[in-house]
Amino acid sequence: MANNRGVPLLELDPNGLYCAAGDFYIDPWGSVGRAVVTHAHSDHATPGSQAYLTARDGEAVLRARVGPEVPIQATAYGEELTMGGVRISLHPAGHVLGSAQVRIERGGEVWVVSGDYKLASDPTCAPFEPLRCHVFVTESTFGLPIFRWPDASQVISAIHAWWRANQQLRRASVLFAHPLGKAQRLLACVDPSVGPIYTHGAVERMNHLYREQGIVLAPTTHAAAGSRWDGALIVAPPSCHGTAWERRFGEFSTAFASGWMRIRGTRRRRSLDRGFVISDHADWPGLLRAVEETRADCVWVTHGYRAPLVRWLAEHGQKALAVEAHFEGERDEPVEEAGE
Amino acid sequence: MKDFAELYAALDRTTRTNDKVATLIRYLKAAPPEDAAWAVHFLIGRRPKRLLPSRRLAEWAVEEAGIPDWLFGECYQAVGDFAETMALLQAPAATSSDRPLRYWVEDRLLPLRDVDDQTRRARVVSAWREMDEGQRFAWNKLITGEFRVGVSQRLVFRAVAEVAGTTPEAVAHRLMGEWQPTAEFWRQLLAEDAPNADLSRPYPFCLAYPLEGSVEALGDLGAWQVEWKYDGIRAQLIRRQWQTFIWSRGEELVTGRFPELQALGALLPEGTVIDGEILPWKQGEPLPFGQMQRRIGRKVLGPKILAEVPVVLVGFDLLEFQGEDVRSRPLAWRRAELEKLAPPASALVLSPVVEATSWEELARLRQHARARKVEGFMLKRLESVYRVGRRRGDWWKWKIEPYSVDAVLIYAQPGTGRRAGLFTDYTFGIWDNGKLVPFAKAYSGLDDEEIRQVDAFVRRNTIEKFGPVHAVKPELVFELAFEGIQASPRHHSGIAVRFPRMARWRHDKKPEDADTIDTIRALLW
Ligand SMILES: [Zn+2]
Ligand SMILES: [Zn+2]
Repeated sequence: MANNRGVPLLELDPNGLYCAAGDFYIDPWGSVGRAVVTHAHSDHATPGSQAYLTARDGEAVLRARVGPEVPIQATAYGEELTMGGVRISLHPAGHVLGSAQVRIERGGEVWVVSGDYKLASDPTCAPFEPLRCHVFVTESTFGLPIFRWPDASQVISAIHAWWRANQQLRRASVLFAHPLGKAQRLLACVDPSVGPIYTHGAVERMNHLYREQGIVLAPTTHAAAGSRWDGALIVAPPSCHGTAWERRFGEFSTAFASGWMRIRGTRRRRSLDRGFVISDHADWPGLLRAVEETRADCVWVTHGYRAPLVRWLAEHGQKALAVEAHFEGERDEPVEEAGE
Repeated sequence: MKDFAELYAALDRTTRTNDKVATLIRYLKAAPPEDAAWAVHFLIGRRPKRLLPSRRLAEWAVEEAGIPDWLFGECYQAVGDFAETMALLQAPAATSSDRPLRYWVEDRLLPLRDVDDQTRRARVVSAWREMDEGQRFAWNKLITGEFRVGVSQRLVFRAVAEVAGTTPEAVAHRLMGEWQPTAEFWRQLLAEDAPNADLSRPYPFCLAYPLEGSVEALGDLGAWQVEWKYDGIRAQLIRRQWQTFIWSRGEELVTGRFPELQALGALLPEGTVIDGEILPWKQGEPLPFGQMQRRIGRKVLGPKILAEVPVVLVGFDLLEFQGEDVRSRPLAWRRAELEKLAPPASALVLSPVVEATSWEELARLRQHARARKVEGFMLKRLESVYRVGRRRGDWWKWKIEPYSVDAVLIYAQPGTGRRAGLFTDYTFGIWDNGKLVPFAKAYSGLDDEEIRQVDAFVRRNTIEKFGPVHAVKPELVFELAFEGIQASPRHHSGIAVRFPRMARWRHDKKPEDADTIDTIRALLW
């Protein structure tokens, strides 16, 4: 590590990653004074802190998460702020709208906290920006070599084929996707000429926030306003699967769009008809490439398959250590509402 | 291979029975006859004799993927399926194979058995390179012999019957016994009156469901035949053209392992098939089933073991009589003929019929089932025909109430397959002198929601890890049910139980309320 001058720039305390020199937390999981938030997913953005800093593109979605009153400071990507003894800037992470990597600099020493990120392109958010740094804090949700994503365009074609096949059988197509990010990415890519598209309320709320920022999504109708479902595509949060909400669609086929669908068992356990492998996280080659491009002296691995990635990096001459992601312990299961 | 891999994927991706059957029919109609024969062969669960050790295959997959062994282990932990893990680790596919299934099985898969490891490696790796991801997965499944795709045999029979224009029962029968997956076989299978090509061919077994609800609901006891339910090896003894064949329910020809029953066959009239249970037996009663394990493990059966653990066939049904299929005759008729043809003082023991005048009397008798070394009763409708597979209505097993104890969750391990990545395999402890000793492992009995809750508990309460096994804070209490109990010096607790499962999550109990070794010892008989 470049830093041998006493206190490291970031430390882990019971509330999460803390920067003493700037007196702020990054993605704290408790209530703190100042929270820098990489993105608005619930495992990164926790309500209850006194003030938030986030990327401008992500302000609206963060607001929806933390409530109308609390102050949120929004900053443009790349804009430098000074907080106490450090300079801080946010840079695109390519994960969801407004997602950011946090760059912290003190006297020439640079740390970057990735938050969640992906390298693949996504029409709904700014592309991941590789940053050079001394210490890189990376996620590892899909930190195993079995996770390798197919081309998104192929997956979208497969979704169209499934949708059309269901239309032939006069079935609705219920597509489960994380309501923030994944759902909009899909809606930006699917071809609305195939058939009508309906959404669950949670998805529709986020669609509204995306559209307000000029992101073009396929036209959608809130499912509460619908009545004929055969031939329709319905986009809903995965937690709706197996609930009464789902039953209104009569004859339907189910699918889940997630990196977890790479594993047959995770799909079958949920009794889903189809799994479409499309993720807003980096796959294994993506993680390795991102790490390499930082040229970091040391990599902190958090959030996912930490141990295997740490060991792999160490065996390849990259100093690395595992950092606890959450006080509840690790999860290697897809977490529906919270996880992506 | 394209169509077959696509079939596999299509079957895998729907949970609807009718969709599965339709998919099968579409494949079987379009496939060349030899491919259809091979597909059916694999789909009903047959597999080639072990081709090569899975360990080897893993080594090659690991080398090809350019990852260390430990990382393969991590991946396998996450996936829970060997063939799938290997397929997921291969480099992205550059091509896919148009060759038929027959080619891949007969020209590429089966010859692997006869070559050295180096050649095998080269051939397996080149096969991977010729295939796309779905094909690799199906091919790996064929090599490892783990080919299962969530289609029951019955669905396959239904689909073949549809294609052949016959009944699923007829197909089930034609697919029993020994047959080679060839174009010729497939044509015969579809032909209307296929000659009975296989002398040894058994009949599909009729299976009973556990009794649901109260026994009185079965109506008049006089309409039922009641037998003790013995726990042995379910088998058919076949005598045709001066030859004897013994088929186990697992569709294994086990004739050579039971010389006593071969001798019995020679005493039977030509054209006889008896259904029954093979049991180690001495002085008019069964020996503990553990004795049978001793015998089964051996390649050579010496006079000593034959004298120590003799077997009999406890016969309960007659399926073929004088060369004629009599399964559609009523049970009462079949039983009477069976009694008439049983050679006296032979290795054929007629399954004893229990006489009782009321269900209450039977219920009382059932209390003594353990002392009689039986598992309970079989209830069979006297008018019933011998049906194919597991059906409700005519045959019921009315088992003894299981034993149960309250035990504490002490270890957990991730499951495999459908349950990969979730902690689903548990070890339970009971109290012995103030310490919890491991007592039984159980995997089943919880619903998905409960599994999720236990999984979350394990993640938060792991005290120590031993490889994949997590030792957890002893806090959760479960009622375990099991069928049998035996003293066992090999187990920590000194006790072994049969078929343990979780009957209930005892949220109301604290770990200190769990049972002690002494209460459990009292259950030993
Ligand atoms: Zn996350
Ligand atoms: Zn996220």
